[in-house]
Amino acid sequence: MTESTISAPRRGVPIWAQIIIWVFLVGLLAIVAVGLSRAQQGTVQPGQVIDNFTLPIYSGYEWDGKSEINIEELRGKVVVINFWASWCKPCEQEATELQTAWKEYEPSGKVVFLGVDYVDTEPEARVYLKKFRVSYPNGPDLATRISQYFRIKGVPETYFVDKNGVLQNVQIGPFTSIDQIRAQIDPLLK
Amino acid sequence: MRSSRITFYALLLALILAGLWTNSASTQGPTPTDDEVNRIAKQLYCPVCESTPLDVCPTEACRHWRDLIRTMLAESKSETEIKQYFVEQYGARVLAEPPNRLISYLVPTVAILLGAFMLLRGFQKWIKPSMMESNLENSKREAKPFQDVYIAKLEEELKKRK
Repeated sequence: MTESTISAPRRGVPIWAQIIIWVFLVGLLAIVAVGLSRAQQGTVQPGQVIDNFTLPIYSGYEWDGKSEINIEELRGKVVVINFWASWCKPCEQEATELQTAWKEYEPSGKVVFLGVDYVDTEPEARVYLKKFRVSYPNGPDLATRISQYFRIKGVPETYFVDKNGVLQNVQIGPFTSIDQIRAQIDPLLK
Repeated sequence: MRSSRITFYALLLALILAGLWTNSASTQGPTPTDDEVNRIAKQLYCPVCESTPLDVCPTEACRHWRDLIRTMLAESKSETEIKQYFVEQYGARVLAEPPNRLISYLVPTVAILLGAFMLLRGFQKWIKPSMMESNLENSKREAKPFQDVYIAKLEEELKKRK
């Protein structure tokens, strides 16, 4: 008699459905949090080991006969990674300085310059390279993978990687003189 | 005899040149109009100028992109081929609409449905709190005699142990 008076507990959302909903929500929040933190981060910071990436090279701009370069193959050398684009006017300010610096360091074989062409079209890029007589390896940033890895904020930006593959310096904006480039490279050669 | 041979070679040369010209003209195709270029351009976004479709973007980078579309159209490339090229070069984020992947549509749909379901549950609880409270009171009141029997039994057991 007494037992029959107890009303059955009201059934809510099944436990498995609650778990799925919460896992989904937490996952969604985690994705938003990661996205926001990435957006607030600046460029890759000095001291970080640069992960391997592959840069396809425009024909005529190969290095050591290679049509694509893996950054890990360049361990033991100082690597100067310059992001540029043919539509970028500030890039033109430093193009001659970079090429002069490349000609200065190329014979030693201890320094490699890499030009990463950001969101550009190949015909225009070739016109730019020819105009400034650039001869160091250059190639497109396919699917913007490299620029996304470095979290660049614009062009030009230049990254100096030491012999151990560790990022040492970052130059945001154009170089104004060749001495500025030397000042970044020379300490890494010691 | 000699003049007829010269005429023959001249005709042959003219035919070859005409053939070459026709061939090059057919592969090049007519110059695409701005409308044709913009029809594809409005489906693309340049990563440099966020939130501005390529067909109306005034920057130098976007002008280069439109020129490239024009060149590719002149080479008789299809719309799909051109968009595919841009995705390979600059990533899927250049597309105005996400690629037709199941996940692109499934995740937002599931998220909206889940959100709607949770809102509905929340509103149900919010709108009828008094009704729920009275239900709870009733159930408590009804459950009391049942609980009392058990409590009495428990107390009796405890007394026996003492």
